[in-house]
Amino acid sequence: MLKLPVSQMEELFASIASEQSLYLPLETNGLIAFSRWEEGKQARFDQLHCAGSVKDFFFPQTENLALFKTSGKEIHIEENRDPEEAFVVFGVRACDAGSLSILDRVFYDEPADTFYQTRRRQGLIITVACNAPEETCFCHTFGLDAADPGGDVAVWLLEDMLYWDSRTEKGHALTERLRGLFEEAGDQGEETVRKGKADIGKIIDRLPLRDLSLERFAGDGMMEKFDAPQWESLQEACLGCGTCTFVCPTCHCYDIRDFDTGHGIRRFRCWDSCMFSDFTLMAHGNPRPSRLARFRQRFMHKLAYYPENHEGLYACVGCGRCITKCPVSMNITKVIKTLGVDQHA
Amino acid sequence: MQRIIGKMREKAKELLEAGTVDAVLGWKKGDFAYDPTPAFFYSTDELDMLAYDGFCGSNLSKYLVEYGKEKGKVLVFLKPCDTYSLNQLVSEHRVDRENVYVVGVGCDGMLDVQKLRDKGIAGIEEIEEAGEDLRIHTLYGLKTCPRDEALLKKCQSCKGKEHKLFDDRIGAEESRDIANEDRFAEVAELEKMSPEERFAFWRAALSSCIRCNACREACPVCSCHTCIFDNARSGVDAKANASEFEENLFHIIRAFHVAGRCSDCGECSRVCPQAIPLHLLNRKMIKDIQSFYGAFQAGDSADQCSPLLSYSPDDIEPDAFDRWKGVM
Repeated sequence: MLKLPVSQMEELFASIASEQSLYLPLETNGLIAFSRWEEGKQARFDQLHCAGSVKDFFFPQTENLALFKTSGKEIHIEENRDPEEAFVVFGVRACDAGSLSILDRVFYDEPADTFYQTRRRQGLIITVACNAPEETCFCHTFGLDAADPGGDVAVWLLEDMLYWDSRTEKGHALTERLRGLFEEAGDQGEETVRKGKADIGKIIDRLPLRDLSLERFAGDGMMEKFDAPQWESLQEACLGCGTCTFVCPTCHCYDIRDFDTGHGIRRFRCWDSCMFSDFTLMAHGNPRPSRLARFRQRFMHKLAYYPENHEGLYACVGCGRCITKCPVSMNITKVIKTLGVDQHA
Repeated sequence: MQRIIGKMREKAKELLEAGTVDAVLGWKKGDFAYDPTPAFFYSTDELDMLAYDGFCGSNLSKYLVEYGKEKGKVLVFLKPCDTYSLNQLVSEHRVDRENVYVVGVGCDGMLDVQKLRDKGIAGIEEIEEAGEDLRIHTLYGLKTCPRDEALLKKCQSCKGKEHKLFDDRIGAEESRDIANEDRFAEVAELEKMSPEERFAFWRAALSSCIRCNACREACPVCSCHTCIFDNARSGVDAKANASEFEENLFHIIRAFHVAGRCSDCGECSRVCPQAIPLHLLNRKMIKDIQSFYGAFQAGDSADQCSPLLSYSPDDIEPDAFDRWKGVM
């Protein structure tokens, strides 16, 4: 493990940014969001979550796929990828870092999605441990550890010191390049980090969602949950907007659309939301014609269908963004609690 | 306003038991100190979950468009500002007045938990209202914040304590006075900018848009059965932006569509996950309507007609815009 005084973090940023694009939590338009760092911009680690999740870097809201051009009777199809860039996202929390293994299983499934694959290859994740978890956090429910957040490099910000621990080949290579900036953390540093982790663990033990249990979702009984009478009351407040799906680090549905540029067709893909009335709309109509069906889809996907296809792995990382962002305060924890008890109430 | 919850439960119980209403639309207790959810209550034994506190900012009027037809007669709890929205919906025949039993509830101004978070208050466990202050119990100790500093944006320029539509009222006389900001002050600032500066302001603000449609779904007057932006046959449907200018168009078109009908309830800005000051677009429209046609407040009564839907020989002429530009 290496260390660097927090006062020299700006130098660290500059060194990373000299060869790769660096994205950090920065205040932009009144929000703290991952934005491209430039000299003089103040990184904001004081708020736990960025408005958008790290998903946005690998699976952007809109991305170009192909261009169609006609000349005479011929149609030419050109690949139209957005430019590649090598980039580093610094300040990713354990929850967001955890979301990537959920997305990987979807996009790496054969045939692998080369757009996603390219970005994953080009991107490097530097996580930061959560010194002050929020009351909305429940990453522990999914086996993630806010105190030991993973990524290519894990960072702890403790007592004016930044502790740096690289975890992957990519992380080691970056560390090698930046080696001159760091000192060995030594036994004392290791001890500080160990204590820091223990302190975070103590807060996690006091979180209001500490005991959120997915016990009732494990194993069989998918149809029982699908038919649960509680969906009716759970969905009543839902506005049918896409906020939860768009701020979610694990939601990954998309649509492919054509845009008439006036001299050709630009094919792009964009995020889709199962909350929208035109989600999976096809010639015969919409397979989920009611809001109840659409609302249920989102939670069944995360808590039943995805785990069914992926060895019990849930498609939620407990970041809590849907808790803070839902306009009507309906969210996955309320669904889990309601469906987890009194199944036949 | 938790002090009136007992009376609200009593009223709901009375009307449900008497069969006057089939359902009650209010707020249900959440899991945290700040997350009550709009909810229907169908039986008296559910009413202990009915909540009314400083975080009931959501405007329940919109739910009546869809559910007003399905659920029989509904008792709805509305804050003073929410009644403007219901009036507007009644005037547009989107809600049948006969199907609604309106209980106007008093309001102290609603709170925005994000404002507490922006002050660095994290790990919120409990929020106590203590006179002019909020006492916030957190995982990291007790914090305090003046109540006025945590008001929702829409409550910083309160429309007043009067319910414009009600069958009954609870706690209306106890509503708290709120220091009222001029709701057009920010619009006036924008008007002072050069067109280039204003364009840059909106381009920056709207560039955060993620097209979640929360503003549209929460808006009481965005009540089209199928929005043009959801209609595959419209040619302009879009789930996300095909070009970076598109999200700007979405918001500008929406603002024009609700012009003269928007009561300035502020839900668009309240629900925006990206903190875009969308209400400013609507307030600009309202300000212009007022300067061109005289005082008008959408939702003031269910009988009035918007100046944009009526004609009078004294109406402003189309060349007024050019003349108006001249004095800018």
